[in-house]
Amino acid sequence: MQWETVIGLEVHVQLATQSKIFSGASTAFGAEPNTQACAVDLGLPGVLPVLNEGAVAMAVQFGLAIDAEIPETSLFERKNYFYPDLPKGYQTSQMAQPIIGKGEVELVLDETERKTVRIHHAHLEEDAGKSLHEDFHGMSGIDLNRAGTPLLEIVSEPDMRSAREAVAYIRAIHAIVTYLGISDGNMAEGSMRCDVNVSVRPKGQEAFGTRAEIKNVNSFRFVERAIEFEVERQIELIEDGGKVVQETRLYDPDLDETRSMRTKEEANDYRYFPCPDLLPIMLDSAYIEHQRTTLPELPTEKRNRFESDLGLSAYDAGVLSATRPTAEYFEAVLAVCGDAKQAANWVQGELSAHLNRENIDIKNSPVTPEQLGGLISRVLDDTINGKAAKQVFAALWNNDGQSADEIIDAQGLKQVTDTGAIEAMIDQVIADNPVQVAQYREADEAKRGKMIGFFVGQVMKASRGTANPQQVNGVLKQKLDEA
Amino acid sequence: MHHKTLTELAQGLKAGDFSSRELTTHLFERIERFDGDINSFITVTRDQALTAADAADAARAKGDSRPLAGLPLAIKDIFCTQGVRTSCGSKMLDNFEAPYNATVVEKLEAAGMISLGKTNMDEFAMGSSNETSYYGAVKNPWDRSAIPGGSSGGSAAAVAAGLAPAAMGTDTGGSIRQPAAFCGITGLKPTYGRVSRYGMIAFASSLDQGGPMARSAEDCAHLLGAMAGHDLRDSTSVSRVVPDYVAELDTPLAGLKIGLPKEYFGDGLDSDVESAIQEAIRVYESLGATVCEVSLPHTHLAVPAYYVIAPAEASSNLSRYDGVRFGHRCDNPADLEDLYKRTRAEGFGDEVKRRILIGTHTLSEGFFDAYYRKAQQVRRLIRQDFLDAFDQVDVLMGPAAPTPAFDLGAKKDPVSMYLQDIYTIAVNLAGIPGISVPAGFAGKRPVGLQILGKHFAEGQLLNVAHQFQQATDWHRRHPADQETT
Repeated sequence: MQWETVIGLEVHVQLATQSKIFSGASTAFGAEPNTQACAVDLGLPGVLPVLNEGAVAMAVQFGLAIDAEIPETSLFERKNYFYPDLPKGYQTSQMAQPIIGKGEVELVLDETERKTVRIHHAHLEEDAGKSLHEDFHGMSGIDLNRAGTPLLEIVSEPDMRSAREAVAYIRAIHAIVTYLGISDGNMAEGSMRCDVNVSVRPKGQEAFGTRAEIKNVNSFRFVERAIEFEVERQIELIEDGGKVVQETRLYDPDLDETRSMRTKEEANDYRYFPCPDLLPIMLDSAYIEHQRTTLPELPTEKRNRFESDLGLSAYDAGVLSATRPTAEYFEAVLAVCGDAKQAANWVQGELSAHLNRENIDIKNSPVTPEQLGGLISRVLDDTINGKAAKQVFAALWNNDGQSADEIIDAQGLKQVTDTGAIEAMIDQVIADNPVQVAQYREADEAKRGKMIGFFVGQVMKASRGTANPQQVNGVLKQKLDEA
Repeated sequence: MHHKTLTELAQGLKAGDFSSRELTTHLFERIERFDGDINSFITVTRDQALTAADAADAARAKGDSRPLAGLPLAIKDIFCTQGVRTSCGSKMLDNFEAPYNATVVEKLEAAGMISLGKTNMDEFAMGSSNETSYYGAVKNPWDRSAIPGGSSGGSAAAVAAGLAPAAMGTDTGGSIRQPAAFCGITGLKPTYGRVSRYGMIAFASSLDQGGPMARSAEDCAHLLGAMAGHDLRDSTSVSRVVPDYVAELDTPLAGLKIGLPKEYFGDGLDSDVESAIQEAIRVYESLGATVCEVSLPHTHLAVPAYYVIAPAEASSNLSRYDGVRFGHRCDNPADLEDLYKRTRAEGFGDEVKRRILIGTHTLSEGFFDAYYRKAQQVRRLIRQDFLDAFDQVDVLMGPAAPTPAFDLGAKKDPVSMYLQDIYTIAVNLAGIPGISVPAGFAGKRPVGLQILGKHFAEGQLLNVAHQFQQATDWHRRHPADQETT
């Protein structure tokens, strides 16, 4: 039988506010346990939450970015359950009236294929703390630093049909939130965590199959692998005459498998009700319009513009718009040199190779976009040739000079375009290599094409790489063909 | 000096008749002598109080003339006090010392007031008789066989017995007004949002409100002025100017329109209570007020709606008492579930458990619409009843409770206890302010007149109460001292 996979995702995005969603404690990552938890985060008797307006602004910006409905009124509710790292015995979240309503996200699957995934809603909530099970001799430690960190939970419709689409979706969400600057998107530090709902159904069947929810999958790669494992598990189960049960499963990256955490029957009744300590969030259109003015150009818009206005290929546009720092770098280079194609080639070529080799983020590139733009400009105006340009780039990378011009001067890399000088060098090369000249002149056109490279190389060597290769080629041909 | 009002004590301090230290010392001596039997205090903070009294005396010598400076008060043990046990009347918090002060405590201290200690209360403010306290029942100073009312029973008894000139209380369904009525003192529940709830241990967050309990409306006006106001730490506190309540006290009552809700004078109202209230109404008529009957048609739904909403919120608010971070923890838990179960089984008393169970049930899947959502609809109707009534009249008057204080141990059935709050509960559901003022006696036991006003009309309520107290002396009566046996 042919099976179809159906996937829906809940992505928890940690918002990049300085302080927590309901208290003034810091949200910085990596502090000593329980040093960033104040009375409110600890759930001490008598404390009250006060909403961080920064989190609201960020949620609204996300809503605008996915063209979502943004209701005038939304409500915080309490999700009640007991857990040691949940200090109040409830999580303040949103249920019936979330801050962001229906929206959509466009996925780019490859150069030609795009897909729209519908967003069911996105809501604000507080994160819980962490239970630490190691190093406590059979007991558990609780670290509440993370308790109260603002999260935006983005819930998709079950619109994805493969692990590849699911990964593309998470990448799209990642790109949007990092473009907006509302999250650092750091999956290793837990800034983005996914719950994946997976089911399978016979191809052509309209009704959904029973789904399993895979909790807390924390990297693009794990999402892909968890889905692949789970799909295979469900298909095998059904084909062997079994039934998928609705349950929560955990993905174990070490064993590369999912396993059952709890079934529907064991699920909590969270007893949601409106939180009486917080007022409803009221958003008027003036506020929303103000937030709209703060939005940067978003990944899809950028990608489209790179293609249509700058004439980049779909592939180049995709790579260069994938992350905001890359796009900003590229656009800064372009602003200096004015040639999109050259800028794209350099950013994806020489720069990217260097960055990858030394594992440096583009934000920390030793070569600034202004420097790279300056270098490209010197190529474009024929001051240096391609070979010299690579030398200049290496010098910039090693901080051997402040600008391309400085390095070109210091290292004498200025391209020789003086015809007299080039002719003199060519005459010398012809005089020094009579045997090769004779062979060349005896050869047919096809062979000559290959043989000319030798002479070009000799001339370039004589010019220490500074001669203009096109010019050298032209003059050489002329002179060799003369006799 | 132990039966003087705050206003009189302030004059005494100013005139040099006594110092803060002498006043404070005197009250601690009285607590020592008389509170063994009454049991109104859970914790007494003598050393801190005397240090603060000395500081107040020194400040006064240098010209500090703030109206509340150097005056003592007692604080219901529901308000967090830094470094002092804050038990909320529960074994669960018997070992809990708050690391911070409630906003109200901070504000009263900033006004120069001196805390004598923390008063007894029903456990987590759940009760109408002060009998659910882990620290034992409180006796009514007027009649030791009677309860003082609840949940702010310790505060009311301490003021009535001359152990503290004033006290802080909280009112979720009548917990300031009913004990004030039963102990013959004046108690004001402000409009929801008028006084910060930060640091006030939550029972039912949408209903809880702190307020003053004292010997006169004038004292309550001074105290409310000091404690009210917007608090950035409480989103439900209202950003609204705090008026000069004292300045409004002397407004004449001529032309005041008083409404008597007919539902507050029906079956179940004790006849002695009713005649005391009718007598009080006649006093108001003599002061130039006009009286008419009004109707609050959804009154009969107030107690049922309250006993859905309050336990629902409480069941969630009390989830934090899990033995993990503070408070009681059972010995040697076998595992997490055992830790939760035994900690909460041991730490909470029966009434608290009952309400957690009710609230958990009403919020559960399949019951939420029938209970919680329906109760919220009723709540809106009740609020509308009051708004409609205030279209016709300025204030509403009636008894604070259907009977005077009942005997200790008399009400074994929880529902009969809940029905005690029939006249007070709707006020919390509507969020409006209410005050109880002494209006006579039923035998040995005091009767309280309840006056209700529009949202944020505390100034008017205090004025109306003060004018009554200018014309009567019920609020000046006090019970005879009775040595601890």
